[in-house]
Amino acid sequence: MPEQPYEPERAIAGTGMGGQMDLGASEAVTLEKPPGPDGAAPEDKPRSLWSDAWHDLRRNPVFLVSALVILFLVVISLWPSLIASGSPLKCDLAKAQEGSQPGHPFGFDGQGCDVYTRTVYGARTSVAVGVLATLGVALLGSVFGGLAGYFGGAGDAVLSRITDVFFAIPVVLGGLVLLSVITSNTVWPVIGFIVLLGWPQISRIARGSVITAKQNDYVQAARALGASHTRLLLRHIAPNAIAPVIVVATIALGTYISLEATLSFLGVGLKPPSVSWGIDISAASPYIRNAPHALLWPSGALAITVLAFIMLGDAVRDALDPKLR
Amino acid sequence: MSDNLTLPAQQSPAGASAEPLLTVEGLTKHFPIYGGFPIKRKVGAVQAVDKVDLTVGAGESVGLVGESGCGKSTTGRLITRLLEPTGGKITYAGHDITHASRRELAPIRSEIQMIFQDPYSSLNPRQTVGTIIRSPMEVNGIEPAGGREKRVRELLELVGLNPEHYNRFPHEFSGGQRQRIGVARALALQPKLIVADEPVSALDVSIQAQVVNLLQKVQQEMGIAFLFIAHDLAVVRHFSQRVAVMYLGKVVEVGDRDSIYNRPRHPYTHALLSAVPEVAVDDEPEDRERIRLAGDVPSPIMPPSGCRFRTRCWKAQDKCATEEPPLVRLSDSREGHLTACHFPEEPTTEARDEDIVLDPGLKALEDENAGTD
Repeated sequence: MPEQPYEPERAIAGTGMGGQMDLGASEAVTLEKPPGPDGAAPEDKPRSLWSDAWHDLRRNPVFLVSALVILFLVVISLWPSLIASGSPLKCDLAKAQEGSQPGHPFGFDGQGCDVYTRTVYGARTSVAVGVLATLGVALLGSVFGGLAGYFGGAGDAVLSRITDVFFAIPVVLGGLVLLSVITSNTVWPVIGFIVLLGWPQISRIARGSVITAKQNDYVQAARALGASHTRLLLRHIAPNAIAPVIVVATIALGTYISLEATLSFLGVGLKPPSVSWGIDISAASPYIRNAPHALLWPSGALAITVLAFIMLGDAVRDALDPKLR
Repeated sequence: MSDNLTLPAQQSPAGASAEPLLTVEGLTKHFPIYGGFPIKRKVGAVQAVDKVDLTVGAGESVGLVGESGCGKSTTGRLITRLLEPTGGKITYAGHDITHASRRELAPIRSEIQMIFQDPYSSLNPRQTVGTIIRSPMEVNGIEPAGGREKRVRELLELVGLNPEHYNRFPHEFSGGQRQRIGVARALALQPKLIVADEPVSALDVSIQAQVVNLLQKVQQEMGIAFLFIAHDLAVVRHFSQRVAVMYLGKVVEVGDRDSIYNRPRHPYTHALLSAVPEVAVDDEPEDRERIRLAGDVPSPIMPPSGCRFRTRCWKAQDKCATEEPPLVRLSDSREGHLTACHFPEEPTTEARDEDIVLDPGLKALEDENAGTD
């Protein structure tokens, strides 16, 4: 098309008017950003909403505590030998139900296994199930929910009914039925089961969030420019609709960890000789009078882990979406 | 690519003046209403826009005015094809774009742009100003001389913003500045037609003038045609060469600025103009007519039969209920001034012998005041 020359000098008729407004803006920006010792961003690189959220999070004690706990859990689940020297499968029946001893601070369980070592190694299962199941749920749920919300119509109606069906399945009953027929003794069936039952929750949230975002004028503006569906979804809708998904997924992570423990407790999740807090809690519960320590340590570890993830989710929610508080 | 973007009509400026840039004929948009149980079915339709005719010439500025909910914005969104028309025909530079697909529209998208009402929701909060203004060029694959970034800086300067604010986010700007960013985005592709959907009604009065002047400047200097949608009659009078008045999804009167503002014929136009507040200088007696309508705009789900304004019109007769008045040139009107009315008013805004007050409560109040004077 013919290039029309612009003359920026002549551009603004009201002389000084543009300059005055710019002055106002730069004042406002400097007020927003007090010169901090943490070497704030350079002058023409202001904070985006994400860095705003990070700025809030760094000052939130709830976030700091839960993040530290989670960091610790991740490290020991990757390298449990850092703090536990023995093997969780080395058991000595002669020491069954014995209490705390030098070198065995948590005592022994009903099979004479070291409770400390087993508790440390149990973190790996919990973190793996929690993180992988959450990733799967978030991915599946946001893709299905997002597309349904964006395109609407018959596909949306069908998907909404499917999520309703999945919501109607009782989690524990479904687990007993589905997982009892699976013989594989790895974390994968458990993760698969959680993803299968968990995605409708995220799907609903993603759907609603996308429907809200797509009505914004900036999406209409991009459409008026001829932007493709892919561009609209990835550049305009996803960045503005993802926050609630992240928040709910983080909180759900904690509940997935406890769900894994529940299923293992019931004997349909992981089974011995796998190491899991749920298995240990189940095994120790008959001896609660004689050896309460064997029950308390894995239970305490589970409780702290779940609490840490839920607190992290709360902190992320406060930072990303203050309206949900 | 850029060769394809220029449509034949623009290459011959002589032909463009004869044929309007944009022609809208019988444009209709009905939003279906679904209801019923257990199976939802269509139970009615909101007749947002009903058989609207409109033309915009190249480089011309046309104002579209009317009350809230009369279908102005829907008309604008139909023309930019953000909504799918129910019926009628939209012709842009000789191309029928009424039901054109995204692919067919691609070469035209760069020539028709839109400015939105709300400067807060029309800019993506997750993108920097540079990204926002650059995106029209990215989407349409346009690589201006000197690069896209240089072009963005030029555009920022053109709309009176500091080009150094390229990397800032929309939330760091005031409402007026944000609307300027929206204007810069609309100008990025050097469009031929801009649909401005109430571009200043969300702004402070002091900022409104700046943005209107900016739009007027780009309209005159760059020769861009505007469809200027507004409910502020003073702004439209300032900005538009021709004005169309809408009521309940229909154009009731259209004409050049002087005809509409000084020689209106349709009773609704009279009522609208008489409602514009005006500062009386000194103690001069007011020489304008005064009309007070009663009630609300009827529901667009079941609009009145015949003339849609008849339920609030002081001149309505039986004919108005049975026969829909066509949009035609009346005997005393000038060339190009069309009115849809069976019983048009005199072409003047001079004060009447008696004010028309249709609201009974207001009438009682005014009579009381007149009695005490």
